[in-house]
Amino acid sequence: MNLAQRFYLREVLSGLGLTAGHFFRNMGRHIAHSLGRRDARGAVTIQYPEERRPLAPRLRSLHRLVRREDGSPRCVACMMCETVCPARCIYIVADEHPNPEIEKVPSRFDIDLGKCVFCGYCVEACPEDAIRMDTGILEFSSFSRGGMIYTKEALLALEPAGPDGRPASPVPIPADRRP
Amino acid sequence: MPKLTIDGKEIEVAPGTNLIEAARQLGIEIPHYCYHPGLSIAGQCRLCMVDIEKAPRPTIACNTQAADGMVVATQTERVKETQRSIMEFHLINHPLDCPVCDQAGECWLQIYYMKYGLYDPRMVDEKVHKPKAVPLGPHVMLDAERCILCSRCVRFCDEITGTGELGIFHRGDQSEIGLFPGRDLENKYSGNVVDICPVGALTDRDFRFQVRVWYLDTAKSICPGCARGCNIDVHVNRRRPHHAGGKRVARLKPRFNAEVNKWWLCDEGRYGYGFVDDASRVTTPVWRSEPVPWDTAIAEVTRALGRHAPDAVGVVASPKMPNEDLMAVRRLAEALGTRQVGFKVPPRTPGDQDDLLIRADKNPNTRAAELIGLDGDVAGILTAARSGRIKALWVFGHDLFDSAWLESDVTLALGALETLIFTGTNAGRTSALAHLVLPATAWVERDGTFTNWEGRVQRFRPAVEPLGEALPEWDIVGRVLGMLGHAASATRAEHWFVDLAANVEAFRGMTYQSIGETGRMTQ
Repeated sequence: MNLAQRFYLREVLSGLGLTAGHFFRNMGRHIAHSLGRRDARGAVTIQYPEERRPLAPRLRSLHRLVRREDGSPRCVACMMCETVCPARCIYIVADEHPNPEIEKVPSRFDIDLGKCVFCGYCVEACPEDAIRMDTGILEFSSFSRGGMIYTKEALLALEPAGPDGRPASPVPIPADRRP
Repeated sequence: MPKLTIDGKEIEVAPGTNLIEAARQLGIEIPHYCYHPGLSIAGQCRLCMVDIEKAPRPTIACNTQAADGMVVATQTERVKETQRSIMEFHLINHPLDCPVCDQAGECWLQIYYMKYGLYDPRMVDEKVHKPKAVPLGPHVMLDAERCILCSRCVRFCDEITGTGELGIFHRGDQSEIGLFPGRDLENKYSGNVVDICPVGALTDRDFRFQVRVWYLDTAKSICPGCARGCNIDVHVNRRRPHHAGGKRVARLKPRFNAEVNKWWLCDEGRYGYGFVDDASRVTTPVWRSEPVPWDTAIAEVTRALGRHAPDAVGVVASPKMPNEDLMAVRRLAEALGTRQVGFKVPPRTPGDQDDLLIRADKNPNTRAAELIGLDGDVAGILTAARSGRIKALWVFGHDLFDSAWLESDVTLALGALETLIFTGTNAGRTSALAHLVLPATAWVERDGTFTNWEGRVQRFRPAVEPLGEALPEWDIVGRVLGMLGHAASATRAEHWFVDLAANVEAFRGMTYQSIGETGRMTQ
């Protein structure tokens, strides 16, 4: 570091300047906005959650299980996703399907989102296109670790995000927050 | 002895050896589906093609006996092209349902496609559809679509069991494996057709959809189901505890031993492991219905045994216990000075026997218990208990109610005891009456050796961790011996085997190393 950097005060002032610059710019815009300039954006800040940053179509969001026409899961419990999952957060238990052409069906399909790293390998590995990460849902939380485990029923109920990237399904309520 | 050359390497083989076996001896793999060393030669799959010098076209290796001066090539372009074409033929009507197929991961179509196939498929027509998920018997499920008609299962039922339930029906691409009318695949060896099926056509109903095979670990072991001592591999699921309902032992598979079971295993042995993960397992020492730490339990055992005159203490060992543990029991009896030691409890129903594998004696280690000298009169011990001459009894493994004896006699005998100690894997009616219950490990949870009916000493290895606080019987007995003031330095089963090999004539000179993979005969 040179002397000017080591002097410290200069860097502090430049940082304060940046913050203050944003503050006054936002304040000016807010005043203009409230004085009737409706076309002026209120602030450079995105007003989450009313306002949302546009999501890239390839973004990996909360998983969902794809349904067949009759509403049963498309998943055949082949364990490819469970096998490839680097976080080991998928728990599948296989069962016999009454139709021998389908043969195999998951009786349990849990994803522990507390462990998931959102790598998308499960989607990649699935030979049946039965799991996708296109719900657009990014906000899921829980007060306990157990609440982060999403079951087959919860994952089957989810819909893909709309064309604007907005989630079409409500955020699933974790088990520990259900009334 | 014919001397031939395969891929430039010379080898001399026994007369009558075919080219697949000759190449195997050189470490050269010739792919095959229908050939099995334990069955007759069918020549159905045509995959084992090799080039033989002066022969006009590739020849099947399975049905060609090695001849003197033969020059065989397995890697020529012509052979590779033939193998590729035959793989394409086999897979024409094979469904691409590997994800739901239980064989995936140990399927020879998958393995050989990656090694010898890798062609671009030219099949454009609809595949032929056949019945799926058809139960053939209590243990075997058929998927006719996946079958490549190698006929191994048909030959097994014709040649090995002689029951002949299976056949190939219809013609051409409509051919399928099936049962003869009115038959069920319910012979005592039906599980073997699953092992020899190279594809996913025959799968195990017991194992079906329980665990994917790539999650399994394996350990070499010995079947404890009867006195034959068939060599097996224990497949355990330790990586995915939520699969198979938490059962750790997923399946037993036969392991080749030319002297004992060859390639086979009976169904009773194959499906006889259920007790290992059963809810009735004892997992913690219990003293007067209260769980106690091991130290307390051992102290109580020592107190109960030491309180009485030597011959007021009885020990009933079990022929299901390994050699090491039986030796420990003998040392215990010597330390206590009691002669009231026995192990033979007559079964309620006499065991069945055949001339293939199954032995009437359903215990894996009766021979060793006799050789080690534990063969006393158990009925006499019970009579002595009833008349009060025996005050403390230590029962290993047996449920004495599950025997040919009258229930009332056993109840009276056990009821008259001052102390009944039970050591075993699972709770039963004897353990319910016991004052002390000491949990023992199942055979898959520990190291040890069994001596089969012929006197062949064979080693088994641990496949899973002991359940709960269970200990091997040699360890329990060793701790009691230590409390009784005897130098019990054994910290491994092998130490007891050293004692056994040094002091029992039949086992003299044996070590775990000299037993090896195929076992060693007692003298």
